[in-house]
Amino acid sequence: MAIVSIDKEKCIGCGACVDVCPFGALIMADDVAAVNDKCTACGACLDICPVMAISLPESTGGPARDLTAYQGVWVWVEQFRGKARSISWEMMGQGRRLADRRKAALTACVLGHGVEHIAGEAIAYGADRVFHVDHPGLGVYRTSPYAAALVGLVRRYKPEIFLLGASLRGRDLAGSVATELYTGLTADCTGLEIDPESGFLRQTRPAFGGNILATILCPNHRPQMSTVRHRVFEMPHPDSHRQGQIVAVETKLDEERIATSVLNFVQEFTEVNLTEARVIVSGGRGLGNPKGFEMLRELADVLGGTVAASRAAVDAGWIPYEHQVGQTGRTVRPDLYIACGISGAVQHLAGMNTAQVIVAINKDPAAPIFSVADYGITGDLYQIIPALTEQFRKRLRS
Amino acid sequence: MNIVVCIKQVPDTAEVKINPETGTLMREGVPSIVNPFDTFAIEEALCLKEKFGGKVTVLTMGPQQAVEALKEALAMGADQAILLSDRAFAGSDTWATAYTLALAIRKLGAFDIILCGKQAIDGDTGQVGPGIAVQLAVTALTYVSKINRVEIEPAPGFIEVERVLDEGRETLQTRLPVLLTVVKDINIPRLSTISDIRRAVQMRIPTWTAADLPGADPKKLGLDGSPTRVVTICSPPGRGATVEMIPADRVDEAASALVEKILARNVL
Repeated sequence: MAIVSIDKEKCIGCGACVDVCPFGALIMADDVAAVNDKCTACGACLDICPVMAISLPESTGGPARDLTAYQGVWVWVEQFRGKARSISWEMMGQGRRLADRRKAALTACVLGHGVEHIAGEAIAYGADRVFHVDHPGLGVYRTSPYAAALVGLVRRYKPEIFLLGASLRGRDLAGSVATELYTGLTADCTGLEIDPESGFLRQTRPAFGGNILATILCPNHRPQMSTVRHRVFEMPHPDSHRQGQIVAVETKLDEERIATSVLNFVQEFTEVNLTEARVIVSGGRGLGNPKGFEMLRELADVLGGTVAASRAAVDAGWIPYEHQVGQTGRTVRPDLYIACGISGAVQHLAGMNTAQVIVAINKDPAAPIFSVADYGITGDLYQIIPALTEQFRKRLRS
Repeated sequence: MNIVVCIKQVPDTAEVKINPETGTLMREGVPSIVNPFDTFAIEEALCLKEKFGGKVTVLTMGPQQAVEALKEALAMGADQAILLSDRAFAGSDTWATAYTLALAIRKLGAFDIILCGKQAIDGDTGQVGPGIAVQLAVTALTYVSKINRVEIEPAPGFIEVERVLDEGRETLQTRLPVLLTVVKDINIPRLSTISDIRRAVQMRIPTWTAADLPGADPKKLGLDGSPTRVVTICSPPGRGATVEMIPADRVDEAASALVEKILARNVL
């Protein structure tokens, strides 16, 4: 196992590294630091040393020499206030499929404080093994302790594939972890397949605002890391009878040494958040005024959906930015997207054109939104939408 | 206060087309713009400078023509701009890009705040910002929508920001130096005047090559240093279906017809 080396000439015996080591691998011996065999070469001690006496062996930073040492598929299970995010279970479904193709185990990484129940859920969703890292310092997501814990686990147990949901936290975390590990990370994948010849992970993702699809490999570095957007993959059915192993992972976090603290959180989405929404009713400039969104909300409520907007409506100040769909807003994949008074700029289409069914209502029959729509109506929004709301209300009640 | 802004010149994605015969990107004639998210980063840097004094340095990595993006940043009010351009950088993925930018930032010397857009609109990865932070061993705060407070004294100083997460807004505090990636609603970028643009055109923009970056490991630059490989690029499959227009002569009938069609698709 790769371990850090300590330059005993440089070491001043301050003990900073001993405090910061998440694995208890550093001790003081004869007034200088010494490393024992618990070391996973996670690197947590490198930056803390004031005299740069600690270094990693060359090979851990460079390409993985022995790819066969890396086995199994891992998924990071994101949780917010003790509840797992659905995107993580979507990843588990996909992780299970890839693990079976590679004839390997599926491991879930559950980080937090007091979230044992999620470790159990992870097994129901397909995990063979769960690394459960519990610490008060992991209660609220912060990049550096989360990244340090995952980097430590990866260096120690060497997964071949590591999947994270492309939620905002997932993207934040994946970027840090992959950089630290010096491995490839492909963001926002819409397809993951095992190459039948090489066994490599073929990662497909849209780029250039959805104008192209690129397939990406990570041939010489491990793990192969991907983030995947919400609702790209199906939600698996949990099986509460599945058996799996829960491994409690010890971690030592020193709050003093974590630079960041979370002061406050204002929850803004009492409704389903946009990226997870199954039904979206979206409004644009054609609404003419902010009151139009009240009409859209009524329709959304009847459908159990969420209200969104085009950039034009957000820029006009009619609705907050959080609701914006499109290239500079959120990318959504609902089952039903109803575009009301949205002309359909390319940047908007990039954010919603993978919805399953698209309905466009617009007074201009030449609006580009109709080019991606399944159903269209041209006419006055203020007549059509209330009528639609009324019809849905009747039909869904019966 | 020393502020570094990392920007990217991107093709205006609204104009990108695929050559149907070769399946390759047709970039000719596609206008290049400063990545829109990076303009918010530049604006925020200028606001910080107005408040605290100091210097705003703008960096980009790319071909020689990327100098145009730097000129725009100078016209907005940045103090200096540096182009990282070398054949050795070609083919960089997000890992190698972050590595190279981090080397350049280290060469610039001490900094308080690094600003980046939350992602570039061509790649949409959002990975380079956090990558630079890891390379420089500083904290990254992503998706920042507001800077509430910055205190540079007593050293090391701290910053308090709001950021947008999926469920709402989080307020965070961390020590300086820090790297922030910013979202659209942090500010409205200023417009440059003709005289700003004239001034910017006359400013010298140095080009740094790999040889100018102390400590650069050639094995970690460009394609060689990039863990990922793009193996195929193609056009996404179209949505297939053409739109079915529902006549709206009578609104009630149209609404009821549409409702039946949607219900038949089993999406509710």
